[in-house]
Amino acid sequence: MVDTGLPNRWRRFSEWDDRPLRRDKFAREDAASGFSAFRSPADPKPGVSVQSGKIASMDGVLAHDFDMIDTFIANHHLDPSVTEEAMAMDSVLLARMLVDMHVPRTELVRLAHGCTPAKLADVVGRLSALEIAFAYSKMRARKTPGNQGHVTNAKDDPLQLAADAAIAVAYGFDEIETTMRVSRNAWSNAVACAVGSAVGRAGVLFQCASEEAEELLIGMAGFTSYAETVSVYGTEKSFTDGDDTPWSKGFLAAAYASRGIKMRCTSGAGSELLMGFHEAKSLLYLEARCLCLQRGMGVQGTQNGGIDGAPVTASVPGGVRELMAENLIAVWLDLECASGNDARTTESEIRIGAKILPYLIAGSDLICSGFGSILSYDNSFNTSLFNGEEMEDYLVLQRDFEADGGLTPLHEDRALDVRRRAVDAICAVLEELDLAYPSADMKNSVIAASGSNETRSFTPGAVGPISDSIKNREITVIDVIKALAIRGFENEADNLLIVVKLRISGDYLQTSALVRDGKVLSAINDPNIYSGPGSGYTMSEGRRLAVNNIRDILDQNEVLRMEARFETGEAARIAYSTIGVAQIGAGKDEVVIGISPAFGVKLFQTTAGHKLSDVLRVIVDAIAARGLRARVVRLCHTADTSFLGLSAARLSGSGIGIGIQAKGTAVIHSASRLPHNNLELFSNAPITKLEHYAGFGRNAAAYALGETPEPIMVPTNGESLGSQYHARVAMIYAIETGLAVEGAAPQEINIQFLEGASTEGARP
Amino acid sequence: MSKLTIADYPLANTRPEHIFGKRGKALGDITLAAVMAGDITMADLQITPKALQDQAEIADDANRPTLALNLTRASELVSVPQDVIMSTYELLRPGRAKEKQELVERAQLLRTDYNANAIADFILEAADIYEKRGLFKFRF
Repeated sequence: MVDTGLPNRWRRFSEWDDRPLRRDKFAREDAASGFSAFRSPADPKPGVSVQSGKIASMDGVLAHDFDMIDTFIANHHLDPSVTEEAMAMDSVLLARMLVDMHVPRTELVRLAHGCTPAKLADVVGRLSALEIAFAYSKMRARKTPGNQGHVTNAKDDPLQLAADAAIAVAYGFDEIETTMRVSRNAWSNAVACAVGSAVGRAGVLFQCASEEAEELLIGMAGFTSYAETVSVYGTEKSFTDGDDTPWSKGFLAAAYASRGIKMRCTSGAGSELLMGFHEAKSLLYLEARCLCLQRGMGVQGTQNGGIDGAPVTASVPGGVRELMAENLIAVWLDLECASGNDARTTESEIRIGAKILPYLIAGSDLICSGFGSILSYDNSFNTSLFNGEEMEDYLVLQRDFEADGGLTPLHEDRALDVRRRAVDAICAVLEELDLAYPSADMKNSVIAASGSNETRSFTPGAVGPISDSIKNREITVIDVIKALAIRGFENEADNLLIVVKLRISGDYLQTSALVRDGKVLSAINDPNIYSGPGSGYTMSEGRRLAVNNIRDILDQNEVLRMEARFETGEAARIAYSTIGVAQIGAGKDEVVIGISPAFGVKLFQTTAGHKLSDVLRVIVDAIAARGLRARVVRLCHTADTSFLGLSAARLSGSGIGIGIQAKGTAVIHSASRLPHNNLELFSNAPITKLEHYAGFGRNAAAYALGETPEPIMVPTNGESLGSQYHARVAMIYAIETGLAVEGAAPQEINIQFLEGASTEGARP
Repeated sequence: MSKLTIADYPLANTRPEHIFGKRGKALGDITLAAVMAGDITMADLQITPKALQDQAEIADDANRPTLALNLTRASELVSVPQDVIMSTYELLRPGRAKEKQELVERAQLLRTDYNANAIADFILEAADIYEKRGLFKFRF
C-alpha cells in the first residue's frame, strides 16, 4: 500500500501507546487538589513553642486550636526537653546530618523526638532520591534486613495456603501475612497458614488481616503472632471517617501488646487523598503527621510507604521519591519500617525494578510489606509490586547487586518436598480435629499447582463451615500442635510451639523484631550502627553464596558437557584429517575457510545450535556452486574472528578467505585489507541461520570472482543476545584460546562428509 | 532491684528462668512433651504484666520512652477481659460515646477494677479532646 497523504503522526507514538507503561495514568501536580508530593502552599511552616514544659504551639497552630492529631502529637510525640533545640536547627544542617556517616543514628533519633511533622517533612524533602536511600540505610533501626510475603489464594483453600506458606518460609520470608476472599474464612486461613509456616523452619511470624476484633481473637487463640492492620491517617476527618481516633488506635496498640502480639501501624501517602480529606496538604507532610502519631502511640513500627495509596502517589511528580522520603521519616523516628513495595504501583516492569532497587541496596527491616509470594491473581490484598511470577527476577536482583533482599533461592526438589509436607500436615490437622477429610486428588492437585486456577480442592463456600468450626469449638494453637504431633509431624508441632512461646517473654515486642535461628533479632540486640564503609550490614560468605546460587547456572564444565553430547553425532557426520602445514594456494579458483582451534575438536555446534558439519557443508557447497573450490585450514595461532579470516585470505590463492569460530561467528576477509576492516561479518551467531552461511559461501566466491555482491544481512529483532549468550560465549571462547598456540602454523585439513551427515543442507 | 537494660535482652535467652506464663509455668517447662501430656493451656502461653514491665524498662533504656509507655499500658490490660477490652475500644471510636461521662466512667472502671492507671489517664485525655472536637455526637 502506498500512502500518499501527509503524515499526521510519528508512528513511534502508536508503538509507545501499546506498551504496558501507557496503562499507567499520571496526574498533574495540583497542590490545591492534594496532588503534590513534597510541598503545598497549605503546608505549615515548621515551628514550635514551649511554655511551662508544655507545647504551646506547633507548626503555626496554637495549642488552643489543635485538632485531635495535633493534640496527640504534641502530647505524646514531642519531647518538650528536646523540641526547642531540634526545631532551632537549620533544616539543611539536619538534612546533611542524615547523610553524614560521622553523625550517629542515636543523635539523630534524639533530635527526632523534638521535631514536628512540618520539620521532618522539610528536612527529608531537601534530600535527593540517592541521599534518601543512603540516609535510609544509615537510619533504619535493625541491622539485618528482612522481608514479608503475602500468602493468600482466590479460593481461601487451606491446603494451598499451607503449601504456599511453607514455600514462603522456604524462600526466607521473616513474616507472612494472609487475608481472605470471604471474611467468614478467617479462622481457617489462620490455621492453614500457621501450619504451613511451621514446615521447615521455626520462627516465621504470621498475621491474618481481618476485622479488628476478629483479628485480636485469632491472635489470642495463638494462631497469629503479629498484626499490622491498625491504620492511622494524617487529617482528623480521614481518621474519623475511617471510624477511629488516635486514642482508639492507641488503645488497640496497648491491647495487642497485652496479649503478647507484635504490632505495627499502617499509614502511607495517598490515603487521605483517596479518602477525600487531604486539606490541600502535601502527601509528605500528611504522612509525617501519621508517623509522629505512631511514635506517640508507642507502637514499635509502621507499615509505611504508600501502601494502598502507593499507586496514586506514584502518579504525581516525585511520588516515588516521596514514598522513599516517608520511609526515611519512619526510621528517623526510630520505628520499625515495613517499607511498602507492596501494592503494585505500575504496569511497567521497568518502573517496578526501579522502585525496588533503592530498598534492596539500602536494606530495610522488611523490604516489602507484602511481597506477593503467590501468583498475582491469588493475591487477596491485590497484586503486589513483586508476585510469584517475578520471584526469580527478585532473586537475580539480589545476586546482581549482592544485596540481601531477605530471600534465598529454592531448589525445585526442595520446593516440591515442602509443598507435600505442608499439605500432608494441614490435612492431618483437619482430619485429627474432625474438620475435613481432603481426598488424595485434592492434595495432589494443590502440591503441583502454581496457582488456585489449577487446583481441585476446597472452594470458598466449603471453607466456611471449617472456619466456623474452628471458631465455635474454640480450637486453639495447642489443639493444632497436639494434632500435628499425634500424626507424626513433631517438627512442625515444635516449630509452632516455638513461635507461640515468643509471646511469653515479649522479646519480639521490641522495635524491629524478627526471629532468626530460633532467636529474636531486633533493634536492641542487632542495632544498625552505620558509621561508614565496613560498619553496615554485610552478608556473610555463606549467605552470599546462598543468594548467588540461583537456578541454571552455567560454568565451563557444563559447556564442555553440553558439547560432548554432540561429539559422537558429529563424528558420524564429518571427518577432519590433518594433512600437514598449510601452504599459500596458487590457484585463483579457491576460497580458504579458516576454522578455529577448537572447531570440531572440542566444540561441535554454533550458538544457534547448528551442527558445525552442516555449517561447513553449506559453505563448501555454495562456493562449489560458483565453480570455485573450498580449501579448509585450521588456524592454530589465533581464535580471533578477524585474524581467522585474514589468515585464511592470506593463504588463499584468490586472496579471499572465510574465518569461522566454532560458536558460529564468521567473517569474509581479503588479503589486501586491514585486520578489522573485513568484507562481511556475521557477529550475531545465535541468530545466524544455515541459509546465511550458504550466502556467505556464495558471496565469498563472488568476491573471489571479482564481483561486488550484496552483503548478507542477518536480521535482528533487537534481542538481548549478550545476556542470552555471552556467559556461554566467553566460556566457549576460553576453550578456543586454550587450544591456540602462539606462532603455531596453520594446518591443511581434509574434510569428509560421512553417511551420517545431514542431507537437508541450507534450510529454506 | 535495678532496672533492666538492653544488655538483658533478649530475656528468653539471658534469663529464661525468670520468664513465666500467666499461670506461673516457667518458659523451660513449656515443651512439646508437656503439651502432649495435657499440662499446657493457653494461659501458659500468655504474657504477664511483669514481662511487659520488663520490656518497658528495656525500651526505656533504648531511649524509646513512647514504646515503653505503651508496654506499660499493655501490662495494665493483661488482666482485663477480652470483652471489656473490645467494648472499651468500641467506646473510643468516633461517636460511640454520646457524652464525655461515658468515657470518664470507663476510665474509672479500669482504674478501680484493674488498677489500670495509665490506661485510665489515656482515656480521660481522649474524653477531653473528643469533647473539644465534637466527637460526642450521633453518627449514622
